[in-house]
Amino acid sequence: MKVTQHYHAKIYVTLRPSVLDPAGTAVQSGLSHMGYNNVEHVRIGKYIELNISAQSQQAAETQLDIMCDRLLANTVIENYRFELTALTETVATGA
Amino acid sequence: MNFGVVVFPGSNCDRDMAMVSRDLLGQPTRMVWHEETDIDDLDVIVIPGGFSYGDYLRCGAIARFSPVMQSTLDHAAAGKWVLGICNGFQVLTEAGLLPGALMRNRDLHFVCDRVFVKVERTDLPWMREYQPQQVITLPIAHGEGCYYADAETIAELEANHQVVIRYCDESGNPTEAANPNGSVNNIAGICNRQGNVVGMMPHPERASDPMLGYTDGLLLFKGLLAHCA
Repeated sequence: MKVTQHYHAKIYVTLRPSVLDPAGTAVQSGLSHMGYNNVEHVRIGKYIELNISAQSQQAAETQLDIMCDRLLANTVIENYRFELTALTETVATGA
Repeated sequence: MNFGVVVFPGSNCDRDMAMVSRDLLGQPTRMVWHEETDIDDLDVIVIPGGFSYGDYLRCGAIARFSPVMQSTLDHAAAGKWVLGICNGFQVLTEAGLLPGALMRNRDLHFVCDRVFVKVERTDLPWMREYQPQQVITLPIAHGEGCYYADAETIAELEANHQVVIRYCDESGNPTEAANPNGSVNNIAGICNRQGNVVGMMPHPERASDPMLGYTDGLLLFKGLLAHCA
């Protein structure tokens, strides 16, 4: 019997360290105007959530890697990482 | 020559481009909806400016997976002509047809202006009507036109003379002050190694009709026509 497992993925896309982040710099300046002169290295990234069903956690991770490499992140300028958690209900398919 | 102008949801320079190729240059031109896959009849495919798919996620990121872009990859691989203008340049980098990426402008503003750019190559069919190192005026209108690639890629681009136009001052000096968006090495437009695929942030199609006051962009299209005549 094949069991399809549902997972919840939290995907973090961040600028590569070598890439300048003018928006982060602007936000840092805003924080500084608020009085927080103790803030450094503000970097703005993206956070993406999705649910995915797959035969195994490894299969889900493999698919997520492809999604991130090809669409969700642009690896010329961005890095990504994701966290995967199994959702409780499982659905049995086939015999 | 048969021109095709891709239309994505959110394209907004598609008709400007068709006006140039069809009306000013008298070339057969058709609009190519992004879901089309058969573009075998076309010699030139232009990916126009605009905000394809609302610029969601990243500029050009979603357009890259549209059916017409798969056909455009084959079109480019066959050595046929591809031009990406503004959002089209972003799409070409996302599609991997050109190296690097376009990022948020250095000063965070959307910049709508006329800029000087220096012609870095005249041996390309696209550029043969210009003089070497000629300074021309083209309009720009973008929020994410800051060209970025890692140092190794930039060195390779420069070594292979793939930089086609560069932001400069009136005298042709590629100064920081003349760089409207923070692009590495003042890069405004590049080509692939073969030279059949060109992408640029400035809008040559908006500088082609004499009625609009300046025509420095028209030579780009005339050059290609002359080459293929």
